[in-house]
Amino acid sequence: MVEGLVGEPLVRLHRIVKRFGPVLANDRIDLEIREGEIHALLGENGAGKSTLVKILDGLLQPTDGEILWQGNQVTLESPVAAAALGIGMVFQHFSLFEQMTVAENIAVSLPPDDSLQDLNVRIAAVGKRYGLALQPNRPVWTLSAGEKQRIEIVRALLREPKLLILDEPTSVLTPQEAETLFGTLRTLAEGGCALLYITHRLDEVKQLCSRATILRGGKVVAACDPREETVENLASLMVGSDVAGLRTATERKVGQMRFEMKNVSMRGEGSHGRALKNVSLGVRSRQILGIAGVAGNGQSELFAVMSGEWPVMKDQSILIDGQPVGHLGIEERRGRGAAFVPEERLGHAAVPRMSLSDNVVLSRQRTRSVVKDGLISRAGARALANSISVAFGVRKGRADPPASTLSGGNLQKFVVGREILRGPTLLIINQPTWGVDAGAAATIRQSLIDLALRGTGIIIISQDLDEIFAVSDMIAVIHDGTLSEPVGVTETNRDAIGLLMTGGKGAKHAA
Amino acid sequence: MRLDIEPRAEVSKLAQILSPVLAVFVAVGIGGLIVLALGKSPVQALFVYFIDPLSQSWTLQELAIKGTPLVLIASGLVYCFRSNLWNIGAEGQFTVGAIVGCILPLATHGMDAGPWVIVLALIMGAIGGALYALIPAMLKVWFGVSEILTSLMLVYVAQLGLDYLVRGPWRDPKGFNFPQSVVFEPGATLPNLMSDGRLHAGIILALIVVGISWFVLTRTLFGFGIRVSGAAPKAARFAGFNAKRMVVFAFLISGGLAGLAGIVEVTGQIGQLQPSISPGYGFTAITVAFLGRLHPVGLVLGAFIVSLTVIGGESAQIAMKLPLDLTTVFQGVLLMCVLAADCFSTYRVRIVSGGAR
Amino acid sequence: MDFAAAIMITVITATTPLLIAALGELVVEKSGVLNLGIEGMMATGAACGFAAAILTGSTFVGVAAAIMAGMALSAVFAFLVLGLAANQVASGLALTIGGIGLSGLIGAGFVGTTRQPVPRFEFPDLSAVELLKDFPYISEIAGVLQFVFGQDPFVYVSLVLAGGIFWFLGRSRAGLLLKAIGENQVSAHSLGLKVVWTRFLAILFGGACAGLAGAYLSLVYTPFWSPGMTAGRGWIALALVVFASWRPVRLLFGAYFFGAATVLQLHAQAASLGIPAQLLSAFPYIATIIALVIMSVGRTSIGAPASLGTPFVPDR
Repeated sequence: MVEGLVGEPLVRLHRIVKRFGPVLANDRIDLEIREGEIHALLGENGAGKSTLVKILDGLLQPTDGEILWQGNQVTLESPVAAAALGIGMVFQHFSLFEQMTVAENIAVSLPPDDSLQDLNVRIAAVGKRYGLALQPNRPVWTLSAGEKQRIEIVRALLREPKLLILDEPTSVLTPQEAETLFGTLRTLAEGGCALLYITHRLDEVKQLCSRATILRGGKVVAACDPREETVENLASLMVGSDVAGLRTATERKVGQMRFEMKNVSMRGEGSHGRALKNVSLGVRSRQILGIAGVAGNGQSELFAVMSGEWPVMKDQSILIDGQPVGHLGIEERRGRGAAFVPEERLGHAAVPRMSLSDNVVLSRQRTRSVVKDGLISRAGARALANSISVAFGVRKGRADPPASTLSGGNLQKFVVGREILRGPTLLIINQPTWGVDAGAAATIRQSLIDLALRGTGIIIISQDLDEIFAVSDMIAVIHDGTLSEPVGVTETNRDAIGLLMTGGKGAKHAA
Repeated sequence: MRLDIEPRAEVSKLAQILSPVLAVFVAVGIGGLIVLALGKSPVQALFVYFIDPLSQSWTLQELAIKGTPLVLIASGLVYCFRSNLWNIGAEGQFTVGAIVGCILPLATHGMDAGPWVIVLALIMGAIGGALYALIPAMLKVWFGVSEILTSLMLVYVAQLGLDYLVRGPWRDPKGFNFPQSVVFEPGATLPNLMSDGRLHAGIILALIVVGISWFVLTRTLFGFGIRVSGAAPKAARFAGFNAKRMVVFAFLISGGLAGLAGIVEVTGQIGQLQPSISPGYGFTAITVAFLGRLHPVGLVLGAFIVSLTVIGGESAQIAMKLPLDLTTVFQGVLLMCVLAADCFSTYRVRIVSGGAR
Repeated sequence: MDFAAAIMITVITATTPLLIAALGELVVEKSGVLNLGIEGMMATGAACGFAAAILTGSTFVGVAAAIMAGMALSAVFAFLVLGLAANQVASGLALTIGGIGLSGLIGAGFVGTTRQPVPRFEFPDLSAVELLKDFPYISEIAGVLQFVFGQDPFVYVSLVLAGGIFWFLGRSRAGLLLKAIGENQVSAHSLGLKVVWTRFLAILFGGACAGLAGAYLSLVYTPFWSPGMTAGRGWIALALVVFASWRPVRLLFGAYFFGAATVLQLHAQAASLGIPAQLLSAFPYIATIIALVIMSVGRTSIGAPASLGTPFVPDR
């Protein structure tokens, strides 16, 4: 604990334990938050941060331990009870209703005795005070991620919280939007509100927070003042061991054009999808093209079009190794040497309830040892699942478990390995390390770089700018279905890319 | 107080096998209570329903006769339900299969045409059912119309169509104005398997279908595609299984087998067309499919249990004056119990004191 | 009463049960639950309502019994789909199968029994009043008044129900919460809304409406009970909800449009135009299919609640 602070903390968690079946998500966690401080809760994916804040928000009940609010023991049986005490929450995955308007989305979160008469006025007032402009009558699905987050924050602020919890708030924001958010948070803290800021981004913590509690494997491993620690120090506390840095090849001679897409436009998926507008791109052998962008700007549509999950009408508008493949489906494009990894692990890249060997069949129908003459060889599939697991260090409970029982990192290594072991000439991968622990992320990124060295052309779609800058040779930005001109990684910087992510035009000259 | 459920990471094989068994026991218990409420002895009912039909040769044959259409229809339904398509119009596809299948037997009536008639009749019946199932399938593929309501509506249409035919153009002119067709000639009926009984060759067809179906669903890429389409549609798309084609195939198979069941029932069991050719086999098969846990072999056991209740229900009506509808109630209860038991195998269920959620 | 009024009254009686059942289902679906068991609940409601009315001699008791029967069946459904997160489509089918069987058990003892149908309201005949009888158009005015105020009580209940649900979903806070739960159950849960409890109440309401609609069939529409008397009306009610894009006002018009179409078909049958009776009888079902297709053509989403039919299992 940091010494020298006087008085009773606003909230004190004492030896909180949360168990999900055999998994111990939180193991005797102690945490204190004081009024007016911005307290960081650090930890990598799977460290138990989300579980802990869900307990604090009343969404989950702790298996053991106690919560003291202003010195009194309390039971937070639901988010309603937590809100009544003065705990507000901004979720990483927005709890919004896409079909409803902004005002309706806010109205549903207010207590029943709160009048809705002058709601629009109140939204405007809070918006003005904290720089959170909103149009109350817009349907939510028309808004950008940044605007959606504003609804979540206004929702919480209307209830005048004493403690505001923010779960990975910058993960969907551009660097510029994040700056604006930090301004809002500082204003709030100055007004006496306590903030619990959950993240795994260390530079943000150093910039914003006065105290930090670090979780690893469900336990508190350290509590410190992040301003006095180095980023490296914080990182090794978080990860527990040094994560190997990426070995990038200094010289990679790019080769022939592996994949080309010319002027493709496409309607968005479902009623809320983002349409693609005249997208063109290309990637060469031994080259990694990174596509940055805030989530929901057309990434899944772009992936669907590039992979052939949605074939396009004009054959010539998509080329693999110079051959037109526009009308071909994903399986035929695999036949041309391409491989794909979609964003969602469970439900898209893998069938949750099916075993790993069954999941191998999904994208390996052309592997003769797995499928022959329309018949599946179970032994062949099992053998391949095994070699993927060995090659990529996939940790699993038993020989052939269902995909859903694997941790995020291990399953991601499996679905990436499934494609890489094929030795593809083209790999298109959407969010390669989203929600994955640092060790698995390093393994995956290294394997991508190594694959490029062997002559594969790779396209990486990612909302993680650090990742984009770490592995790409060329960077393009997708915003509102439009793709920017790719630029070399050495000819641009985070600010320029960030500006493109907000739809800013000026950044073109940064190259 | 509230009910808490929590997904199990893995469903054990044992739980998968035991849960339908448990469901049958619970359903029998509830059925007993209903019998008690009707003022009859549940013990006697238990015997009449579940023991008596197993004690005599002719009732065992009846069991197989009733089970045949159920197995055929449920085998097809498994393809739909496994790929998360809700074909609830098997009753209609059954009826259309019977109608289309009867075209040839009726046209060749009195010509002493020989056994090729029955072979073609079976094929035409299957095709008729398949094409009828194609209607909801295409409406779903082309316009995105929910298959649930369209397939069900088509049941009524098919039944009215049959009604029209047997009262109109296909009525036996020498049938004393009864609404029924002529009685098929021997060449147009399925052969009997035993000299002293009604068991016909349909059961063999049904078992062949079960075998093929097991192979297709568990061993082939197509069967894998069906399973993936239901379990995770996006993963099916990723694998390259065309969703629309899957809808069409699942409905064609399902409708084809229901149609085959229809023509088998008419040419094997009834021997002529009547306004009513099914005591709701198309709906009962839904219970059968779920009771068999949507497994191509499991449903044979499901059909066995359900046929028992059908025959038991008929004899209970005579022996105990229990209404026939009791069987329908029991089938509904059984389906509910199977669905509930499914939950206990996929989730951990606890009763917790505390507020409602 | 002239011919037009007579036809309009048959339209109203054909529409009212569909409307009541569909309104109930609309609320259920808005909360994110698909209950395919309407047909079964209606059938049981019809049988229970008729049985109770015969046994007690009271229409009121009959109606109450029908509503209770519908709610009891829907509670079983709720236990399956909410308590045990069972598949909603299959559970609804089970409810229909079981409900139809149950209606047979209950109704068996009452086959052949008839009962005076629930009377329509009597509006005083103004043209017979001494003071007014020379007033111009008095007989026409009297006819209109008799038509407007002279329907059976269920008709007014159904209209009030439609208005009430319109207000509830469009204007009330509780309705907003219900819609939010149907739209995104995960968001609703994380905001602390009572997803399961709200859905439970909605399902019970849907059951009550289906039971009431069933009572209409056996107590007003026909003065007797017969097996299979619901004849697919529960399914048509389900289709009406889709046809109305989950909007109460459209549902009101859709139900009347459909009621009018079925009555036309009945008259065509009576007029013996040489069309087979079976084809005319098939008309409502074919019309339903066509209506569903028309609703879906060229649209990616037709306004269905986004969580419709998805089981809800919160983290613990």
